[in-house]
Amino acid sequence: MNGLWLRILAPLLVGAVFLAVWEGVCRGFGIKTYILPPPSLIALSLWTDGPGLLGSLWVTLQITLAALAAAAILGGLISLVFSLSRVIEISFFPYAVILQVTPIVAIAPLIIIWVHTPFLALLTCAWIVAFFPIVSNTTVGLNSADRNLLALFRLYGASTFQVLCHLRVPTALPYFFAGLRISGGLALIGAVVAEFVAGTGGAETGLAYRILEAGYRLAIPRLFAALFLLSVTGIAIYLVLDLISRRLLRHWHESVATEEEE
Amino acid sequence: MKSSFLGTPDGANAIDTAPLPIVELRAVGKRFASGVVALAGIDLTVGRGEFLSILGPSGCGKSTLLRIVAGLAPPSTGMCQLTMGGITGGRVAAGRIGFVFQDPTLMPWSTVTGNVLLPFRIAGRVGPRERERAATAIRAVGLDGFATAYPHQLSGGMRMRVSIARALVTDPDLLLLDEPFAALDEITRLALNDDLLRLWERHRPTILFVTHSVFESVYLSTRIAVMTARPGRIVADLPVDLPHPRTRETRSSPDYAAMCDSVSATLGRAMGGAP
Repeated sequence: MNGLWLRILAPLLVGAVFLAVWEGVCRGFGIKTYILPPPSLIALSLWTDGPGLLGSLWVTLQITLAALAAAAILGGLISLVFSLSRVIEISFFPYAVILQVTPIVAIAPLIIIWVHTPFLALLTCAWIVAFFPIVSNTTVGLNSADRNLLALFRLYGASTFQVLCHLRVPTALPYFFAGLRISGGLALIGAVVAEFVAGTGGAETGLAYRILEAGYRLAIPRLFAALFLLSVTGIAIYLVLDLISRRLLRHWHESVATEEEE
Repeated sequence: MKSSFLGTPDGANAIDTAPLPIVELRAVGKRFASGVVALAGIDLTVGRGEFLSILGPSGCGKSTLLRIVAGLAPPSTGMCQLTMGGITGGRVAAGRIGFVFQDPTLMPWSTVTGNVLLPFRIAGRVGPRERERAATAIRAVGLDGFATAYPHQLSGGMRMRVSIARALVTDPDLLLLDEPFAALDEITRLALNDDLLRLWERHRPTILFVTHSVFESVYLSTRIAVMTARPGRIVADLPVDLPHPRTRETRSSPDYAAMCDSVSATLGRAMGGAP
């Protein structure tokens, strides 16, 4: 119990001290609000502009969640195909890596030109960023089934399909969720980056566009408010995915099991 | 008439007078792709109802031998012939062989019952009859009340019991155990030795037991095949004439001590005086 309080109170205390110093510095040195607004002003902006920003947040969130869902489904399927055929894995995996290491900022303009529906264009960008951790993690997971269990399945005459369903997929599930948690944050980043690129082209989209717009208008407190909402969204996505994976893997993986036994 | 692990024991009739040995290895050799010769010229027959220990140092090819018998690896030379259900040679029907590895090799996402039901699940039939058999197997290894537990909630010894229950559930003709107790602490190991012995004395299954412990092999088996390494060969085939039922008192008897000495000496000689 003591540890739990420490775990909650200590970071909160650090946050409070940080905000207080920030507020003090802004007021004490008379820093212009368009350079660095004090936290109180950001809070006020969040209060007044909040409802308007929430609409934009909803757009960004839709893109993020749709991209994450597509990454989970397509990434999972790609991994399944990879695990069934070593030749396909060897042939295609390098291209998945290439897609991953190419900066999304660089390809986003092309995608926005090629895909006419803005929502779909942004979705594609976010998906490209999000799908790789799921594919690489799940592929490793599908291939790391216990060798002795594989032998046992063979001994009892299991088909390739049965090995996949009853052994490889369950083994890969913790890996899949580890990938999904990373992808959750990346999908949001991908969506924001794509919105920035689209926004510089004049297309009004989600929260990233509002950040851009606030920057142009020197409405810096509103910029910070939008930034705050983005961070909160990212944290929320991570926490929800973490909760889901914990729920589903309760009996499974030692990383989950041992923590529960504490 | 076939003996049953889990059904009612049929006493003295349990030992069938089958004419053919259940396992017959002739001039079996195994050479890996790396060029390492794991086994050379192995001749071995296992009769129905025997408890045969394969005793040897680490890396002598004992496990490879067991995998060849199970059909998990083909021999490079020679032949391995099994007689099961009155049929000699050919593909062994699924579930005729039970295998226990050194690690419990359980599925962490499945309960004890789920793990024990695995052979039936693969065979595509999990009905009330199969569930009843699984429950009986779980009882037989002393895990009453743990049917719905997950592996991570069990101790190492209990996990090994689950693994044994899974090997028993199909009522196999042949039980292969690959150093099943090597990773357990001494106390658990002795308890599981006794349990395995009781199981064999009651139902007289055919057991092929790989171990590197002289004491374990003498205490448990009716026969010991001593192996040496590089290449793996059987250098001695010793019957163990200690009377059944064997109990903890057996372990302090002079006959037991003499047998252990004799097996140790054989092993020592075979390894060039450096066991």
